[in-house]
Amino acid sequence: MGTEQVLIQEALDGAGGRPRAAVVRDALGVGVAVGLSGFAFGVTAAGAGVSVLQACVLSLLVFTGASQFALVGALAAGGNPFTAAAGAFFLGTRNAFYGLRLSQLLALPKAVRPLAAHWVIDETTAVALAQPDRRSARLGFTVTGLSLYLLWSLTTLLGALGAEAIGDTAAWGLDAAGPAVFLALLAPMLKSTTERAVAGLALVLGLGFLPVLPAGVPVLIAALAAPAVLWLKGRSS
Amino acid sequence: MNVWIAIGLTVAGCYAVKLAGLLVPAGALERPAVRRLSALLPVALLAALTAQQTFSTGHDLVLDARAAGLAAAAVALLLRAPFLVVVAAAVVVTAGVRALGG
Repeated sequence: MGTEQVLIQEALDGAGGRPRAAVVRDALGVGVAVGLSGFAFGVTAAGAGVSVLQACVLSLLVFTGASQFALVGALAAGGNPFTAAAGAFFLGTRNAFYGLRLSQLLALPKAVRPLAAHWVIDETTAVALAQPDRRSARLGFTVTGLSLYLLWSLTTLLGALGAEAIGDTAAWGLDAAGPAVFLALLAPMLKSTTERAVAGLALVLGLGFLPVLPAGVPVLIAALAAPAVLWLKGRSS
Repeated sequence: MNVWIAIGLTVAGCYAVKLAGLLVPAGALERPAVRRLSALLPVALLAALTAQQTFSTGHDLVLDARAAGLAAAAVALLLRAPFLVVVAAAVVVTAGVRALGG
């Protein structure tokens, strides 16, 4: 029995809580909307010189959008594979903290965890945490994960194949999709002055070092804005 | 080959951190300093990446149609538009500005 079947079955078993249809509707809304943006990733990857197979492998096996966009962006800019992968990895570290929250909320059987882990991303976490009880959380996580995974992978393939047919992807404005995705993920995180200070400092570092350091390195230096602001904050309080 | 090395490292690294979250005993990652840093690292990275992919080409800082596209995305975000609309706004406005010769 696959992860999703186990989770759906357990979700169906219990009575009470939020109506299943409402949970499924919310989950599909998120899964479909974000899943479709795999098309933008496929096109961006193709524009970055990544093959159709490589783009599909990324969506199937990495399955965390920001890391994927960061990786192909860094490769397009001429970054070496290690700095490119390091940037993608650091972006992915937030998923560890989502998993920590989810492991208590979903209380998954040990055998299911290695499979469920692949779906631990921004969207599945957001939907699961929004639910009032464990059964709804499991259902929301599963439906979001499944719909997003299938659509994201499929639309990546279509985007990568379509990039050739589209021709000059820049003329169609598709090179703006990557930064727009980053901004959409970033915006809800800018809650307090600390977050805004980190974002501002990272922006200055990222752009400031761009002309003088090898591709990929300025982003890693910009990541230092996080500990730097924390340290300054600790000293001032 | 370089691309495959980068993909392999990214696949392994990103899966490892996802799994770690589900498997690690809650206490290990619950230290306040670790939590704070983990919440702020993506903020720093996303801000730097947004800026770089909007305002640069290779090693050169540039101001072109992408800036207008990103501004459109920002407006869509302020209006609480859905994710897909935010991305579409950036793409459409960037293409529009280029079509007008911007």
